Amino acid sequence: MCLAVPGRVLTRSGDEATVDLQGNRLRISTVLTPEVSPGDWVLIHAGFAISQLDEREALETWDYLRLALGDDVTAAAGQEPPAGAPET
Amino acid sequence: MTQPRATHDHVVLAHGGGGELMGRLIREHIVPRLDNPWLAGLTDGAVVPWSGDAVVFTTDSYVVTPLEFPGGDIGRLAVAGTVNDLAVMGAEPVALSLGLILEEGLPLAVLDRVLDSVAATAREAGIAIASGDTKVIERRTAGSEAAAQMFINTAGVGRRRPGLHLDVARIEPGDAVLVTGPLAEHGLAILSVRAGLEFESTLRSDVAPLSGLLAAVFATGAVVRFVRDATRGGVAGVLADIAAGCGQSVEIDEHAVPLSPTARHAAEMLGLDPLAVANEGKCVLVVAAADVERVLAACRSHPLGRGAAVVGRVTASQPPLVELLTRAGGRRIVQRPYGEDLPRIC
Amino acid sequence: MSRFVDELRAELAAACRAVGRPVQIMEVCGTHTVSIFRNGLRPLLPENLRLVSGPGCPVCVTAQRHIDAALELAARPGVLIATYGDMVRVPGRRGSLERQRAAGAQVRVVNSARSALEMARDNPRQQVVFLGVGFETTAPATAATVLAAERLELDNFSALMCHKLVVPAMAALLDAGDVPLDGFLAPGHVSVIIGAGAYRPIAERYRRPVVVAGFEPDSILRGLVALVRQIASGRAAVENAYSAVVRDEGNRVALDLLERVCVVADTPWRALGVIPRSGLELGPAYRRFDALERFDVHLGEDEDHPACRCGEVITGRVLPADCAAFGRACTPLTPIGPCMVSSEGTCAAWYKYGRGLAERGT
Repeated sequence: MCLAVPGRVLTRSGDEATVDLQGNRLRISTVLTPEVSPGDWVLIHAGFAISQLDEREALETWDYLRLALGDDVTAAAGQEPPAGAPET
Repeated sequence: MTQPRATHDHVVLAHGGGGELMGRLIREHIVPRLDNPWLAGLTDGAVVPWSGDAVVFTTDSYVVTPLEFPGGDIGRLAVAGTVNDLAVMGAEPVALSLGLILEEGLPLAVLDRVLDSVAATAREAGIAIASGDTKVIERRTAGSEAAAQMFINTAGVGRRRPGLHLDVARIEPGDAVLVTGPLAEHGLAILSVRAGLEFESTLRSDVAPLSGLLAAVFATGAVVRFVRDATRGGVAGVLADIAAGCGQSVEIDEHAVPLSPTARHAAEMLGLDPLAVANEGKCVLVVAAADVERVLAACRSHPLGRGAAVVGRVTASQPPLVELLTRAGGRRIVQRPYGEDLPRIC
Repeated sequence: MSRFVDELRAELAAACRAVGRPVQIMEVCGTHTVSIFRNGLRPLLPENLRLVSGPGCPVCVTAQRHIDAALELAARPGVLIATYGDMVRVPGRRGSLERQRAAGAQVRVVNSARSALEMARDNPRQQVVFLGVGFETTAPATAATVLAAERLELDNFSALMCHKLVVPAMAALLDAGDVPLDGFLAPGHVSVIIGAGAYRPIAERYRRPVVVAGFEPDSILRGLVALVRQIASGRAAVENAYSAVVRDEGNRVALDLLERVCVVADTPWRALGVIPRSGLELGPAYRRFDALERFDVHLGEDEDHPACRCGEVITGRVLPADCAAFGRACTPLTPIGPCMVSSEGTCAAWYKYGRGLAERGT
């Protein structure tokens, strides 16, 4: 129901940031993620950053981020895919 | 210089009125840029010497907005688009006509840039603009801040290469399917400058005349069954045409489809399937399996085909469908898009 | 990627064998539906695992009366409709926004509510109406934009609020009780906002396992493995298989913003009727940005097409192929219901990615 893509914050000014999506640059709002600063990875939906995430998890989650590094598999190879840990 | 020249920075209705102003527009802005002997006489038509096999004749109209976009403009598009229609039919392009429809208010500087681009692209394709026409229409969006538009129609003639038999009906199971480079860049570059959707991108339209690339492919003597440029509807549209036209199925390997990380990420962001996004400088080739390497080598040795790749094959499965073997190891159908795919957030 | 997928498929098959009976799981979210089809995952699933789509496609669940209101607003002189591309082709009682645009209405596709706000700021004489559709993922963007409109003192920006809440719809479905569901694959990006913890009532009160999953093929399979393992062991807990971006408590800033700007309301859903406390409207302090109020437009009644079974499709009661209109009278070119018109609609996905495969038996 909701497309969202990962991107990396390049610059931040007030409630706005410019994010890089592998060569695409988007001006987004950071009102929903007030903590983010340049270098951080964020999840972007409809022009808003809605969550912050770390780089390792970003690369593990989206294969198109790994493709850019020239490898489909090895970025996550050698690690168990993070299984959903039971909550209770 | 005399004053009247400086009075017009923009196209006005009188530029289409058949009088002195129109004469000036044609003599000062158009003809010098498209310089060739057929056009110089400003006769009612071009007399094009002809010899050889059948004439291939095509026409197309160009209405793209904005007029200038990353990687190209409406002028380059209008020449390359029609040249490509000739080239994929197996023709050697010879001459184009250029019909301009200008909205009043169009800055003459924009017109000049578009015409320069027409001229440069025609040179690149080795084709002459042999005939032309100019009309001016009233501003349709009076009072609005929308930029004045222009439209271009180009018709083209080409000489069919002897000995080529391009026909979708000749496609056989086992044939290989190639694309000539990374996909979706034109459509995504256009979206990146559309009002309401703007994003900065290193993506550039791939708009280019493919006559040289295809001449190199045909020169190998390889058995080429079918070629089509993957414009509106993208590769998905061409593949659907192929399956419907030859009654065989096409199987595409998703991991083999050339796509830049920038284009992939932009398509994910906009919710678009890269296979359904327009290209203006890429075509799909179906070739006999035995000749694949030759064709691939010919493509890759041309600047416009460096990213060429074999993406799939024709199979005898019935009913005829286009199937994608996905990166995840699954399979699904690829269909012709139903209209322009709209960017979405859901 | 396919190596992981193979391993996950094997795990899923083992879990399904352990259950030893047919398992029916609802993927609530339309983006999951599309990703499952786009990545061709259905043919990879064990035979006794059946996936049904849920009410998680915003376009599909937007009530016809809201579409009709949007069409009425588009017909008003001086009004510009700014909408996500998803809504442009959805049929109301009198055509669609696309057709109204052809007839002269001003309809612009935007990728963010922010663009709609910029249009209002840059064209002070134009009334810009933003169509606020979507679930909790999208609603904070609308709320933030309304706040910005207030700050900029823009009296030419308003929103048609059609935002919906996911958990009440899941509960309504379970309350109806006629659809056998063994568990839910919960929407990953809604969960970014509401948090995995928001599903605890579903797990606890209704004894159904809920697993939050991402949208990449391996994430979806991992979510299914976790669900089926719970089912096999008779557990009903909430698991978060998308911990890269989803926290248990969600995005507190976004939730606070929704609370400040919006109020929870009883809301009509396409084909499902009014579900109590399942939607968001602008709160009293922000009512002046409500398009219905500003233009004095009243919501009418829904008159869904008699042949359309979208309501049953998005509640998992039938599959698209069970509908007599599917692929015959109702195709993406001639959609009768919203599930065929939305690109993430269940019927559109079945039609676009699946048609023909069944008859070939693959």
